[in-house]
Parts: sequence; C-alpha cells; structure tokens
Amino acid sequence: MPIWNNYGMGRRHFMQHMATAAATLPAMNFLSHLQANAATVKANNKACILLWMSGGPPTIDIWDLKPGSKNGGEFSPIDTAAPSVQISEHMPETAKVFKDLSIVRSMSTREADHGRGRYFMHTGYVPNPTVTHPTFGSVVSYEVGRSRSALEIPSFVSVGGGSGQAGFLGMSHAPFVVGSDGQINNAPTEEGKKRLPGRLEMLAAVESNFIKSKRGELPEAHKDVYKNAVNLMTSRQMTAFDVDKADPSFGLEAESEETKALYNPAPGGGGAMGMRGGNGFGQSLLMARRLVQTGVPFVEVNLGGWDLHQDVFNTLSQQRLPVLDRGISGLVTDLKQRGMLDDTVIVWMGEFGRTPRINQNTGRDHWAASWSNMIGGGGLANGQAVGATDADGVRVADNSKAYLPGDIWATVAHAMKIPLNTVHTSKRGRPMKLANGGTPIKELLG
Amino acid sequence: MSTLPQWIKRMTGATLGISVFFAGVAICSSAHGGDASELSTIEFIDANIQQGYEDNEIKPSEVASDEEWVRRVYLDTAGRIPTLEETKQYLSDESPRKKTVLIGELLDSQDYVRNFTTIWTNNCIGRRTPRRVSRNGMEKFFREAFAKNRPWNDIVVDIVTGEGHFEENGAVNYTLAQMQMPDDAVQLTAMTTKMFLGMQVQCTQCHNHPFNNWQQSQFWEFNSFFRQVRKIDHRKVDPVTGRRVDDFSEVVTRDFSGPVFFEKRSGLMQVAFPIYMGKKVDPNAFDRRKEFGKLLVAADSGETPLIGKAFVNRMWGQYFGYGFTRPVDDMGPHNPASHPEVLDRLAADFVKSDYDVKQLISWIANSDAYSLTSQFGEDNAVDNPSAGEMPLFSHMYIKTMQAEQLYDSLISATNAHKSGKGGWEAQESQRRRWMQQFVAAFDTDENDEATTFNGTIPQALMMMNSELIEKAVNTERGSFLFETFAKPGKDSEKLQELYLAALSRRPSRGEIGNAQKLFSAYGRNGKVYAYQDLFWALLNSNEFICVH
Repeated sequence: MPIWNNYGMGRRHFMQHMATAAATLPAMNFLSHLQANAATVKANNKACILLWMSGGPPTIDIWDLKPGSKNGGEFSPIDTAAPSVQISEHMPETAKVFKDLSIVRSMSTREADHGRGRYFMHTGYVPNPTVTHPTFGSVVSYEVGRSRSALEIPSFVSVGGGSGQAGFLGMSHAPFVVGSDGQINNAPTEEGKKRLPGRLEMLAAVESNFIKSKRGELPEAHKDVYKNAVNLMTSRQMTAFDVDKADPSFGLEAESEETKALYNPAPGGGGAMGMRGGNGFGQSLLMARRLVQTGVPFVEVNLGGWDLHQDVFNTLSQQRLPVLDRGISGLVTDLKQRGMLDDTVIVWMGEFGRTPRINQNTGRDHWAASWSNMIGGGGLANGQAVGATDADGVRVADNSKAYLPGDIWATVAHAMKIPLNTVHTSKRGRPMKLANGGTPIKELLG
Repeated sequence: MSTLPQWIKRMTGATLGISVFFAGVAICSSAHGGDASELSTIEFIDANIQQGYEDNEIKPSEVASDEEWVRRVYLDTAGRIPTLEETKQYLSDESPRKKTVLIGELLDSQDYVRNFTTIWTNNCIGRRTPRRVSRNGMEKFFREAFAKNRPWNDIVVDIVTGEGHFEENGAVNYTLAQMQMPDDAVQLTAMTTKMFLGMQVQCTQCHNHPFNNWQQSQFWEFNSFFRQVRKIDHRKVDPVTGRRVDDFSEVVTRDFSGPVFFEKRSGLMQVAFPIYMGKKVDPNAFDRRKEFGKLLVAADSGETPLIGKAFVNRMWGQYFGYGFTRPVDDMGPHNPASHPEVLDRLAADFVKSDYDVKQLISWIANSDAYSLTSQFGEDNAVDNPSAGEMPLFSHMYIKTMQAEQLYDSLISATNAHKSGKGGWEAQESQRRRWMQQFVAAFDTDENDEATTFNGTIPQALMMMNSELIEKAVNTERGSFLFETFAKPGKDSEKLQELYLAALSRRPSRGEIGNAQKLFSAYGRNGKVYAYQDLFWALLNSNEFICVH
C-alpha cells in the first residue's frame, strides 16, 4: 500500500523534461542533518494511545451496566479476568484482558454538548473565548516529543482527526492528522523532491522579510510548520504509517496476518471488517502501535458513530461493540507480547456518556453527569473499577469521588513521568497548570 | 496595565440585567456627548474607535499601503486576491476616492456573490455536505439572495421558517442539515440561536447557563418552536438498475400542539411552551416557526432586533479577524463587547437601512480602522487579541486564508480563469472536490466537522506538492509563467510581475537583488526553472497565505 496519496488527481508529467536542469540545482543541504541522526530511536519510550469515541459512547451499556434498573437496557454484564469487575456481554475479548485495564466509573463532567465536551475532555479545561488550551496530545508533544531528537515524524499523530489544537504551545505541536488507512495526501514527486532544495532556499529568502515586518506570530509559525513538513517528506520513519512495510532500523516489520487478525473482528462477527473494510479502527490501532514503536509519544485514534439518539442496542451489539471489543483486546495483547504495555498508557473516552433514561426512539441522549472512562497499561495498578454510580446510573454514588478529565490526564502524566507540577504559560502570561491541576487517581497508582 | 480603564467600563456594562440586553435595548454611550447622533455611521465608528486608542493610551498603526489594502479588500470581499491587472489598475489610480470606488465595484461583482454564497453555505450546512442535504439548493438560495442584495431579515426568516423540496426551496437545507439525528430538534434550536441571534445556549439543554441568566427552561421554550418540523426523505426506483435510491428530501410542518417535556438535573420532568424572549405564542398556532420568524424581526418600541446585532458582529469579525465579542456568536451580558457603542450604532443603522448587507459592508470597509496596516510597533503592541486581549482595532489583524480563498486566489494569480476551462460553475464543482481532502466530519447530531486546512502539515504538503500548485507554476505555452517569461524585457521587470501576481506588491530592491543572486545558481539554461521556483516560493510563503 502506498503511504502517499495524491488526492483525486492523476499524475501530470510536465516536469519530466526538466530533469536535466534539476541536476544543476544547489545541494540539498537542508537534508544533511536529518540523515545524520536517522539511526535508531530508543525503544520502550513512554507513550499514550488515546482511543477517542467521537459522538459520546453509552458507557452504561459498556462499562457500568445496571441490570435490574429501569435504565438497564438490553445487555447483561459478564465477568472479566479481573476479579469483581464486570463489563458488557458484547465485550468478551476485552473481558479476557481486563487485568491490564481499569474503569473509572464516576466521571462527572457537566459538558453535554459535542463541541464543548470534546474540548473539555481533551484539554481538562472548559472552553474559554480568550485562550485556546492545548489538547493533551499537544502537551505530551511539547513535554516529551521535543526531547526525542531522533524522531523525524510529528510527535502527536491523530488518526481520524478532531483532536483539538495546540493552542499556546504553538503550531508545531498540533496534531498531525492522517486517515485510518495511514495514507498521507500530497506526496512529493521524485521531480518535486529534486526541485525542493532550490525552492526552499527561495522560500527562506521570501519569508524572512515578512517575519521581520512585525505582524505577530503567524508568519513565524508558518515557517516552523514547513520545517516539520519537509522533515516528514524525507523521513524513513514514514514506514510506521504503512502496516505492510518493514524497516528494521526502527524495529518495524511488515505486519503478519496473525497480528492483523488480533485487532479485527472475525468475518461475520460485526460485519465484514477486513483490514481495509469496515471502519479501519483495527488498522488504526495497529498503526498506532507502530508509531509508538518508532518513538511517537502520543497517538490518538478516533472511532465515531456513538451519537446514538436512536436504536442504541442493535447498533451497539451488531456494529460498534464488536469493532471496539476486538480493537481494545488486540491492542492490549499486541503491546503486551512486545513488552510495550507497561510503557504505553491507554485511555478510552468520548465527549460524554449517554442518558441513563432510554428515549422514545430506543436511544440515549447526551449525559455528562455520571459516566465512565477506561484506562489501562502504562504500569498502572490495573484490573479494577474505580468509583461508582448509583443504582440507576443517574448520578455518582454518594460514597464515591467524582472525577474530571484533568484527573485522567494527571494519571497519564504520572504514568509517562511528566512532572505534575509542570506549568505552561498562556500567550497572555497566565500560568496554566498541567491537566488543569488534576490529581492522579490514587487507586490506579498501585 | 493600560487596558484597565476599558475593562472597568465593560464590567459596569456587564452588570446590567440580562432582561435589558435580550430585550434588545441599546446600551447607550455618553462618550461622545450630545453630538454623537449627528455623526454619520462611518464618522461615528471612526470617532469611537479613536476614543478607544486614547482611553488605552496607544497609537494606531499607519495607514496601509495601497498594495497591502487592495489585496486585503479583494480577499475579504471577493474571496480572492486581485489579478495582476486589477492590482496594476488600482495602484495606478490617483483618485482620492479610489478606496470607496473599489469597495462599491467589488460589492457589485460576481465574485462578491460567490464569496458570500460560499461563506454562508459553509455556515449553514458545513463544508462536508451532510446526508440528504442539497448543497446546490443551499448555494442557489444564497446566490440569489446576495445577488439581489435581499434584506438580511428576509433571508433569515426564509431560512428559519422554510418548507418544501430541498432544491425548489434551497433555504430548507439549513434545517435539513441540523436534523441529522432524531434529537427532538435540539441541534436546530442551538444552531439557530447561535447563528442568527448570536447566543450560545447549547449547554442550557441540560442545566442553567453558568454565566448568564439563560435558564434551562428557556432552551426548551425555544425548542418548542421547532418541534413541528419534520423532514421526509423520499426514495425512488432507479429505472436502469431497478433499485431504490435516494430522491429528494423536504421539510414539512407536522401537527403538534403539545408542550415540550424536559428533565431537570434533579431528575424532575418539566414542561415548556413556545416563548420567545418573554413573548408567549399560542401553543395551538398552526405553524410555530412562522410565529418565531415574526418575533425575530419584530422591532417594538424601537428596539434593535438581535438578528441585526448578531449579523453586524459576525460581519465585523469577518473583515477584522475579531468581532466585538469573542466568539462572534456568543453575545450577552456575560461576554461584554469590546466596542458596545459601535456595535449598537451599526446594528441600529443596519436595521434602519432595511438590513442592507452591502451597505453594512461598505460602512465597515470604509472605516479608518479597516485602512490600517497590519504592522504594529511599540505604541500599540498591547493591542494583541491573539493573546486574549480585547481588540482595539489599532492595526489590522492577520488572518489566514480559508481553503476556498486559497483555491480562488491561485486561480487569480495564474490567470487560470482566463484559460477557458469551464466557467465559474465548473470551477465550483472542481473546488468542491478539492476541498474534501481537508474536511472530516464527526458524525454527531451537531453536524460539526474539523478541517486540516488549518496551518498544519497537511496544508503545507498540499502547498508544496499538490497538482494544484504544479498547475500554478506550470510553464507550458499559455500559462502565466510562460507568458511572463517569454515577454521581452529585463529580469527585474519580470520579477516585478511575479511579485505583483502573487503578493499584489512590487519587490523591494533588496528582494530583486536577492532573487538575482539565487538565479545565478541556475545557469543560463535554467532560467525558466529559476522563475518557476521563485513563483513556487512566493505562493508557498507566509505572506501569500496571510490576509494582512
């Protein structure tokens, strides 16, 4: 599979006749520093893989079932490998690996609008018109990615998009968005690559004038992004995006059919979900593992289709949960086999949960007051359910602490050894605490 | 801190009750004494914004050069940079009224209609056309509206109350786009309030607003106006395949006269009836949306309807990069405006002008503030809204081009529109196809989407490597570069053409010298490639992608 995809365009060859001229062009000096350190990226780096459930998943039907309640719905709980933790019957494979996962059942987040919920869960901060808070992947890129000098591809990759912005941490920490097939649009042609050095030299001359003319940060940010884009265009680490390609220098092999099968429902279960078919969630997760292996410290993988205002039970049991179940269990199994699980923390969340009350369309609407997140790997004390909701799932149980996204991200920071007292500074000079000052969830710290 | 006085003034404004604000009563300023009302609209804007500079002890930037300004006004109004000829023509014009004249010409151009059709189609249905929505229908509606300069209140009422076939009455596509999920018209309620009234109430579907007095019950009172809306997705049999396929969709009004029920955070169920800003509507009204439409435009006792104020704020934001409130669609006492007097005066005059959209743009684009350069210095460095400060409009704020602006600008820069490949219509569909690479939908009832044309790597890759750029720097016979290069004349003259075409300005002497130095590395036979690479660099530059 080619990684590069020139979007909807037939190739044109108008440059071919220029090949001779290209030979006379200035040397590719900008590339030399890249090739110098293209060697190995250290293995067992700390990383986070965020499974983002776009639309707001009904956690009452997945992680916190309420059998016997009027809100209970159609599903039954099953036991998992972790004693005393039960999850949905439609998550059987995940149940088997639950010693390495945990549920936080007392999330109470208040934002039940998609845009606001997406922002709050990703940043730990409520939207504020005067400042753009960095999404947590950008925080990791800034705190961890910057020190990984051998990493040539972006240190925050978002498979599927919608991950938010880097805000005051700067454009070079913005998520690099790719499709679930790992294809990246607008590859350089061979001719284009040859012409690049001359063009970039011209560009540098043109750009510097505008930067010097004092018009704010945008002109400079533009230059930084181009630098990252050029790094990427010429990097061998791009192999990480293509599950069928190998590059031994990064420990990457072409993925076997067995490995691919780990991540995907068997044909017939959950529809025809081959590697290329279905929604690509399994392939995205496999790509995420390869990226982590290559040294990327934060990968976000988007799985949509959770805005289940109608027909929630059929959609879950026949479409969403088989894909999710296999994806999570495959990821955990694969990371564990490779000895990467203790260094890779897995987080599962969406904008909010869904109403315990079942609506007239057999659906569930938006609900942020009492719902679940899942977290695992990362060397945490897994195999448990932290916190609880009441018998009908409509509020956090009286004896239970309520958690915010900042607490989840503080737990991630702990697992990744990012100091919790890290403070960033907004453009206006305001100090911004890591994860909005959240506290790691103590039960998970072991 | 020098901005303190403004803040205090605004906080005082903020303590005025919500009922006062939402009743639409203008919060009048005494800043300019009794003669304020005698000033023309533009004089009033200029004086008031000038007062803001003085209050904050800053000095505005210089007036922008003709080169900077002509590029800006084309991008903001026509949605593209000026062509080489248009730039030259403006630069050689010596009339003192040439700004006003150009603004008028642009507002009467086809490109204005196209630009505003694009913007409002995107606002109403997004860039990625949702299922069972007709982009053509929506565009046709806006194209006619902006071409005829229909009053904004009529446009809004058509959109909010529209019924029927999605191509025969394109206005209904707004409603169809908000009805992607069976969510009891929650999204339609939230979007209508935000887009046309400039108020964000989406969070109040679940609880009272944390920062203003908007109640959860009000959300559902608004919502009850939209509960009669029904969409029908028609299917038909494809005569060739014999399969059933999608046909048209339509919006109809269903018989519904009951109250709306909603759940309080306490778990209690409550009822809500159709009430707009304290005005009750008979729940048995045959068509509640028609009643809603009447209330939207009602101007009892001289109030300025919110739809006027919301549109003015949005339009100002479109031209300056920042509106009077941030975001532009979240107005209210919890979020005081930077220049409440200007907002109120512009809104009042806009309504008095019978919601004349071109008149409003003309006031904005003819203002002193719009004429300033984007360069700033020590004297006004504090005027930095990107850091979260209130905008003082003492210099132009840099915006980055939208994807559509970039696409159309590349075509202008390279004369591609003259090459006879189809008209604007054909280019419209090409542009639409090209746009799709940047847009990802979230698949939620909010019909929201993310774009990767946001200054990050995918955009840079497109600018460096895409076929669109290859075409733009094409040197085949008939191309812009070929025509420029093949012309007799000196290098320095040709360089000037390249700069004018891409950046709407002439190169400085330093830039010419620099370019010639770089050219020497290409040798005699490589000169065409040198031109090509320079043009590539100009199109890839920060200066090109910025609206400044």
